[in-house]
Amino acid sequence: MLAYIARRIVYVVPIVISVALVCFLLVHITPGDPLVAVLPADASQELAAQLRAAYGFDRPLPVQFGLWLLRALHGDLGNSIATGRPVLAEVMRAVGNTVTLAIAAAIIGFTMGVLLGLIAGYFRETWVDKVATSFAIAGVSVPHYWLGMLLVIIFSVQLNWLPAVGAGPSGSNSWAWDWAHLKYLVLPAITTSVIPMGIVTRTVRALTGDILSQDFVEALRAKGLHERGVFRHVIKNAAPTALAVMGLQLGYMLGGSILIETVFSWPGSGFLLNSAIFQRDLPLLQGTILILALFFVFLNLLVDIAQAAIDPRIKRG
Amino acid sequence: MSELPLSATADAALQAAPATKARGYWATVGRRIMRDKVSMACALVLLLIFLSAILAPWLGLEDPYKGSMIRRLRHIGTTGYPLGTDELGRDMLARLIYGGRLSLVIGILPVILAFCIGTSLGIIAGYVGGKLNTAIMRTVDVFYAFPSVLLAIAISGALGAGILNSIVALTIVFVPQITRVAESVTTGVRNMDFVEAARASGAGAFTIMRVHILGNVLGAIFVYATSLISVSMILAAGLSFLGLGTKPPEPEWGLMLNTLRTAIYVNPWVAALPGAMIFAVSICFNLLSDGLRSAMDIRN
Repeated sequence: MLAYIARRIVYVVPIVISVALVCFLLVHITPGDPLVAVLPADASQELAAQLRAAYGFDRPLPVQFGLWLLRALHGDLGNSIATGRPVLAEVMRAVGNTVTLAIAAAIIGFTMGVLLGLIAGYFRETWVDKVATSFAIAGVSVPHYWLGMLLVIIFSVQLNWLPAVGAGPSGSNSWAWDWAHLKYLVLPAITTSVIPMGIVTRTVRALTGDILSQDFVEALRAKGLHERGVFRHVIKNAAPTALAVMGLQLGYMLGGSILIETVFSWPGSGFLLNSAIFQRDLPLLQGTILILALFFVFLNLLVDIAQAAIDPRIKRG
Repeated sequence: MSELPLSATADAALQAAPATKARGYWATVGRRIMRDKVSMACALVLLLIFLSAILAPWLGLEDPYKGSMIRRLRHIGTTGYPLGTDELGRDMLARLIYGGRLSLVIGILPVILAFCIGTSLGIIAGYVGGKLNTAIMRTVDVFYAFPSVLLAIAISGALGAGILNSIVALTIVFVPQITRVAESVTTGVRNMDFVEAARASGAGAFTIMRVHILGNVLGAIFVYATSLISVSMILAAGLSFLGLGTKPPEPEWGLMLNTLRTAIYVNPWVAALPGAMIFAVSICFNLLSDGLRSAMDIRN
């Protein structure tokens, strides 16, 4: 097992370096001078040159990348051009909110997905299956930012039950697990959960069908096990794959929350990314994308290792 | 975002039996999909949306750009404005139909471009193998390290707002996914006897790829690509929704949804209409793609 983990970690190193390279190059495909946001419009040539030297933009690209990577390894992703604060601190504060949202959505999406998938797989080709499958297809086809708007229209505008935007009552600076804060989480979490719900439903439905058609199920029934017992075996066999799919979905939710966070003004990493793009705050843009991509790579690694721990066949592959 | 678990799709793609009897196979697939009611209904809805978008100027609609301060945010069902008016008093029906032109292009074009590029890269990587395969597939791996929404927004955000930039960004997102599928089906076909026979009879690498490989892998890659259109529609409109796509006053569903967001307290259902169009196109493509996949899986 340790050998497998070590092998997997070694394999991740080049990926991490390439991810860093892509994030670094992002700033350099940007049209225009990266200093345009800080430089006054009437700045003299000398001032521009001075700033360029101060930011290191006058060095050759590979040198810039090396220096940037070295600083990043020490946790220094530069300072935000808009606020002047360190990028890493800004991103980590926002990521906390995104993680809260993603975990809430994961719990809803996974529970619903497993439930619908099991029912659909067990009652395959009946109307129950058709309803559950339609839910799953709608979940993966709906533009989630629009679903968020619809939920706001129904539950905030029409019924006035839940707040439309924000992450806590006014005056509250940090997240807390009480109803005053939780009611801000309900709509964004439901909106975020529909995609994992759809994907988990599809996966679990297919798994359930496969497992039920295997010989050992026949044997269990033949020896007189009641249907509830058979069901337990199905769940046991489907769990590792379903959990792995959910693990990957968690990564997608962390990185893909920008649209939902924009709809709900949820102060997470996606919201930060949005403001970085529109203020042309390139260090912040670069840093946010790097951190989110690293989270994603790390989650993939965890899922692989967890799967290998559950299923010993994977290690040999 | 809604990436399908790749292994599952690739498996399904592999199961789409090789086109050994070219004409007979596709005729069978065609007959099977014609009998599928859901697929045909989706095809009909898509046909209607496409036709109305293409024929928009000849449908006798209101001018989608002409606003009026005195008839802003009319409700659905107002005489003269069957779907109401938007925040600047422009006719919603006209804007939704005209909006299809840009929305469909920026949603579908990236998949078509990625299909061409990804298929070429994947077949070359799969057939040539060795160092070239490693180079192509390891580069693809790097893009897989980004969630696709993040990658699309990162590229589009760095390049700046604009239709062309958002098409480029989405194409870059889909090329790696299609390349992976193309590579895996090509690797499956490469060592088959008929390819061996072609090689033995002196056919060059390019001829083998074009004549013997392409015909056998194209169907599977095509089905996978059609399943991406739904995601692409949602992402393309999403980029516009964020302000990274087209600019006002151009009618485009994502952008319309964004500018109407401020109106949800006044006229919520008109504000929600552009999203319903994106949803309709996206779910129809998804169902059609599912129907195509099961129609091609003839062994069942």
